[in-house]
Amino acid sequence: MKIAVCVSHVPDTAAKINIGSDGKTIDPNGVTYVVNPYDEFAIEEALKTKEKLGGETVAISLGSDANKETLRKALAMGIDNAVLLKDGGYRDSLSVAKALADEIKAQGAELVFFGKQSVDYDNSAVGQITAELLGYNCVSVAVSFALDGNKITCEREIEGGKEIVETTLPALITAQKGLNEPRYASLKGIMAAKKKEIAEKSPAAATNFTEVIAMKRPPSKQAGKILGSDATVVPELVRLLREEAKVI
Amino acid sequence: MANKILVFIEQRDGQIKKSSLEAAKVASDFATKLSGSAEALTIGNEISNLNSLGGYGIGKVTHLKNSDLANYSPSAYTELITKFVNDNGFDILFFGNTSLGKDLAPRLSAKIDAGLAMDCTALNFENGEIIATRPVYAGKAMADLKITSIKKIFSLRPNVFNPGTASGNKAEINLVNVEAPNLNVKVTDIKKAEGKLDVAEADIIVSGGRGLKGPEHFHLVEELASVLGAATGASRAAVDAGWRPHGEQVGQTGKTVSPTLYIALGISGAIQHLAGMRSSKYIVAINKDKDAPIFQVADYGIVGDLFEVVPVLTEEIKKIKS
Ligand SMILES: Cc1cc2nc3c(=O)[nH]c(=O)nc-3n(C[C@H](O)[C@H](O)[C@H](O)COP(=O)(O)OP(=O)(O)OC[C@H]3O[C@@H](n4cnc5c(N)ncnc54)[C@H](O)[C@@H]3O)c2cc1C
Ligand SMILES: Nc1ncnc2c1ncn2[C@@H]1O[C@H](COP(=O)(O)O)[C@@H](O)[C@H]1O
Repeated sequence: MKIAVCVSHVPDTAAKINIGSDGKTIDPNGVTYVVNPYDEFAIEEALKTKEKLGGETVAISLGSDANKETLRKALAMGIDNAVLLKDGGYRDSLSVAKALADEIKAQGAELVFFGKQSVDYDNSAVGQITAELLGYNCVSVAVSFALDGNKITCEREIEGGKEIVETTLPALITAQKGLNEPRYASLKGIMAAKKKEIAEKSPAAATNFTEVIAMKRPPSKQAGKILGSDATVVPELVRLLREEAKVI
Repeated sequence: MANKILVFIEQRDGQIKKSSLEAAKVASDFATKLSGSAEALTIGNEISNLNSLGGYGIGKVTHLKNSDLANYSPSAYTELITKFVNDNGFDILFFGNTSLGKDLAPRLSAKIDAGLAMDCTALNFENGEIIATRPVYAGKAMADLKITSIKKIFSLRPNVFNPGTASGNKAEINLVNVEAPNLNVKVTDIKKAEGKLDVAEADIIVSGGRGLKGPEHFHLVEELASVLGAATGASRAAVDAGWRPHGEQVGQTGKTVSPTLYIALGISGAIQHLAGMRSSKYIVAINKDKDAPIFQVADYGIVGDLFEVVPVLTEEIKKIKS
């Protein structure tokens, strides 16, 4: 079976974000980019599935040359092949999904793993859209995954619990923390990944349905009052919560 | 343009979710602004109080009913909503950005070719257009987004849009029994975390971090949460140490929350933690390190030992609640 995993290349979660001079994007200066954290769970699940059932794995990323770094990490972890869909400009979720769906189809992958969310635009959307475009069954925010023949059982995180979801191949699963523990790339893996070819392809032109008109800093929160250093100020805290904030 | 607006009403166990009331109110407000109309759609088996949506400005609610639809089914819900939207010519759809809304809204966007704005925290009306504001980079920046396609989908962060108090109006209910829904993807069971309020839905959250020193001290967090009727949350340090379940993690790789009150106990306030809770309306921090970054976002802080302060706080709140 062919297994695909889609990975995005995002600012490190510890990065400070500044607004770019165009007022519509972020300033990439001084920002380190990493594999999207959720996509590491997706890579791990693809590897585990292949180890169990055999087959071939391919990682796909849409973006600029810089995304090769993330694809190399996927290769170093053990993914067999990598494809860069080279495109530098802005793409909204629908437009990213269209490009990814085309490539997944071209690869003939029957099982696809995504992260549940990219920590850049935080949409939590591309996986579900891609699945609908492909006509694949889709379970999002999976914290467990089991494949038995053609049948898939997942647990999916919801408010206050988990849904047990059943479906069949072909399928697209989006990964949530808890699904697995991503492995570290071995030194051997890292060396091998350096030598591997990353295929470059041009996706179909973007067809965006949204436009970012401004990017701003979040409203700054004023540091509040330090009331004191021990339990004697608790009555004052309770009073403020009741009378000033009116929240209890 | 007609501006036919549809709000999707989510039910769990036959009850309308609060986030859907918030979305209903936003939908009816925009119907007024755009000189259009707003209707609601819901899917499930038995659902209570559907006519109460009238109180939030909704004139008519269509209920697609089948006992197999009591639980969510992504495939069935997507197919039914797509057909309903296409048959009735809706242009603008609103969802609550809940676990269900997050799953469903993107699917609809693919099905009806609609531009998508997920997790909106503000919607403004400028020159006849809706401008959506949404947090990006885990809330370290805010993007203003315009949807340029004719069909538009907005998914609204729960707890942010105030639905106000309901008027006495009642909505007309249009009950439609649906046959044999597409159950290619089917929820066969729901495992509930027993009696627990989820951080994503709570009005008050009490969270604990590494400062609690070990799982045996989290009763302090639980007792305070219990007197406040709050949900319990945790930092990633507490989750990774195995002290607390994954579902409680607040932050960039946990849940994004915006409760009315967030109480952080023994949490330093790392950037990834702040990302998940900085939009809370009021933040209280108890931490013995006066330089902990959590104090930069806290409205009220106590620089002290949580083991001393928290039991007193719990007692004090118990007093005023009784
Ligand atoms: C990719 C990535 C994603 C991440 N995502 C998240 C996320 O989603 N959520 C998250 O929370 N973190 C996340 N983190 C981790 C984050 O960087 C921090 O490590 C974590 O939040 C620290 O947790 P903490 O505040 O409980 O622990 P610490 O930073 O160790 O803080 C403990 C605090 O307790 C205080 N304390 C100790 N004893 C007492 C006492 N007796 N009384 C009062 N105060 C006391 C200390 O002063 C200290 O400030 C992520 C990190 C990475 C790299
Ligand atoms: N540019 C991209 N290239 C490859 N995969 C992507 C890209 N953008 C998003 N994805 C995938 O879609 C998931 C959800 O992203 P998003 O909808 O942007 O939150 C990510 O975790 C990735 O698996």
